[in-house]
Amino acid sequence: MEKKQALFNYLLRLADNSAILGHKLSEWCGHGPELEEDIAIINTALDLLGHSRSLYTYAGEVEGKGKTEDDLAFLRIEREYKNALITELPNGHYGDTIARQYLFDQFNYLLFIELEKSSDETVAAIAAKAIKEIRYHLRRSIEWTLRLGDGTEESHAKIQEAFDDVWAYTGDLFVQDDSDLVIIAEGIGPDLKAIQPIWREKVKATLAEATLLIPEDGWMHSGSKQGRHTEHMGHILSELQYMQRTYPGCEW
Amino acid sequence: MSEHELQAIFDRKIENEVKIEPKDWMPDAYRKNVLRQMSQHAHSEIVGMLPEGNWITRAPSLRRKVALLAKIQDEAGHGLYLYSAAETLGTDRERIVLDLLEGKAKYSSIFNYPALTWADIGAVGWLVDGAAIVNQIMLQKTSYGPYSRAMIRICKEESFHQRQGYEILLTLCRGTEEQKAMAQDALNRFWWPSLMMFGPSDKDSPHSAQSMAWKVKRMGNDELRQKFIDQTVKQADFLGLTLPDPDLKWNEEKGQYDWGQIDWEEFYNVIKGNGPCNKERLAARQKAYDNGAWVRDAATAYAKKRAERKNKEAA
Repeated sequence: MEKKQALFNYLLRLADNSAILGHKLSEWCGHGPELEEDIAIINTALDLLGHSRSLYTYAGEVEGKGKTEDDLAFLRIEREYKNALITELPNGHYGDTIARQYLFDQFNYLLFIELEKSSDETVAAIAAKAIKEIRYHLRRSIEWTLRLGDGTEESHAKIQEAFDDVWAYTGDLFVQDDSDLVIIAEGIGPDLKAIQPIWREKVKATLAEATLLIPEDGWMHSGSKQGRHTEHMGHILSELQYMQRTYPGCEW
Repeated sequence: MSEHELQAIFDRKIENEVKIEPKDWMPDAYRKNVLRQMSQHAHSEIVGMLPEGNWITRAPSLRRKVALLAKIQDEAGHGLYLYSAAETLGTDRERIVLDLLEGKAKYSSIFNYPALTWADIGAVGWLVDGAAIVNQIMLQKTSYGPYSRAMIRICKEESFHQRQGYEILLTLCRGTEEQKAMAQDALNRFWWPSLMMFGPSDKDSPHSAQSMAWKVKRMGNDELRQKFIDQTVKQADFLGLTLPDPDLKWNEEKGQYDWGQIDWEEFYNVIKGNGPCNKERLAARQKAYDNGAWVRDAATAYAKKRAERKNKEAA
C-alpha cells in the first residue's frame, strides 16, 4: 500500500474515533447527574470534536480530492467510517459512559503521546495540541472511575458491571492492518501492539485503586478497521447525517 | 438596632443606588422576591439547554455543532453561576432545584416551545437570547449586588449567542428557497412567544410594582418589550423575513413601532402547564435528577472516605 493511502486511512480512523465519541458524549448535554458534570462532559465532547475537525481537514488535504471536514464527517456510508467499536456504544448509565470513556482515554493518551513524535509534521502538531486536552480527559475519567468504584456499594457494583460489559470491545482498539504497518514503517504512528501491554498495566492499576477487578481477556469484538460496525452505528449516522442528506449541497 | 432602623438603612441604600449585599439586613419580602427572580432565571438557563440540546446530534456542520455545544455549555455555566448567586440569599441549591422539580418554581415559558428545525436554533439565538439580553441589560443595575454582578458577566456571553443565532438565519436566508422558508417558519413560530417573554403588561403583572420600587427591576415589562420590538424590526428586514404581525407599523409621532395583540390566553395556558413541551421539559429534568442520584451519592461517599484516609495518614 502506498503511503498516501495509508495516511488517509489512518487519519480517518483517528478523526472518526473523536467525532463519534464526541457525538455520543454530546447526547448527555442537559441530562447529566450534576450541572458541573454537564459542563465537564460537554467540554470533553467539544475537545474531541475539535480534534476530529483538524484530522478530517488534514485527511482531506492528504487525499487531494478537495474534500472538506464536513464532506468527510457527514457524507460517507457506514462501511467507510473507521472509528473503534467502543466509541459507538450506547451511553447507558453514567457508569457505562465513564467505563467506556476511561478505557478509551487511556488508549488515546498513550497513542497521542506517541503521535507527538510523528515523522509527519502535521500529525505531530495536531497531536501536540490535542494531548493537553486528552491528558485532562484521562485525569477526569480516572477520577470518576475511583469515585464510582470506591464510592457506595451500589456504584461499585454498577461500574464493575460496566467495565465487564465493555471489556470485549477493547481488543478492537489494538487490531492492526496493512495501513498500520505502513504508518509504523514510516514513523508516522506507533505500533499498537507495543502500546497494548502498557495500556493493560495502566488500566489494571486504575481499577485496582478503584477497588475493581480487571475483567478477563476473553473473546473480543473486532471489525472497525474494515468498517464493520455494531448495530448502533446506523442510528448514529441517521442523526449525524440527517441535515446533509436531506438538503444536499447547502451552506449552513 | 430595631427593625424600624434597619428598614430605614435599607430604604436609604435603595434610594441612593447602593447595592444590597448578602450580609446586609433586608426585608423578608425583598429576599423572597429576589430569590424568586434569580432562581427562575437560573432554572431558565438549565431548562433552556433542552430545546437546543435537541439539535446537537443533528447540527448540519461540524462548525455549527461545536458552536451550539459551546453555547449550551455557556448556559449551564450561567445556571451554575446564578444558582450560586441565589444561594447567597440563604437557600441552598438542592432546595432551589427541588422547587423546580416540585413545580413550585417557574422558568421562562419560551422553553416550553419545541425546537423543530435547524432554523429554530437560529431563531432561539436571535429572538430568545435577544429578548433575554434586553431584560438582562436592565438587570445589570438591579439592587441586589450578586445578581447585578452575575448579569454583567452573563450579558457579554449572551450578546455573542445572539449574533451567532442571527448568523445562522442569515446563512439560511442567503441560501436556497427551502432554507429561507425554514427560517421564515421559525420566525413565525417564535415571534409571539418571544414577546411574551417580557411577561404580562405591567398593569396585570403581580410583582412588577413592588420589584420596581425595590429597584430589583428598573424598567417595566411593556417598556422592555417595546424596546425589543423596535430593535428587532430592522434586523428582520435585513434578513428579508417578515414578522408575523400585520399590525406592525412605524409610528412617526411616537418614534416607535405600533404592533398587534399578544394572545394572552396562550401565555397563561403555557404558564399553567398547557404548552407543547411543559411535561417533557420537567420530566427530562426529573429524570436527570433521579438517574444521577447514585452518582452524586458515590461522589459524596468517596470524598468522605478520602478525607478519612488523609486524616488517618496525618495522625
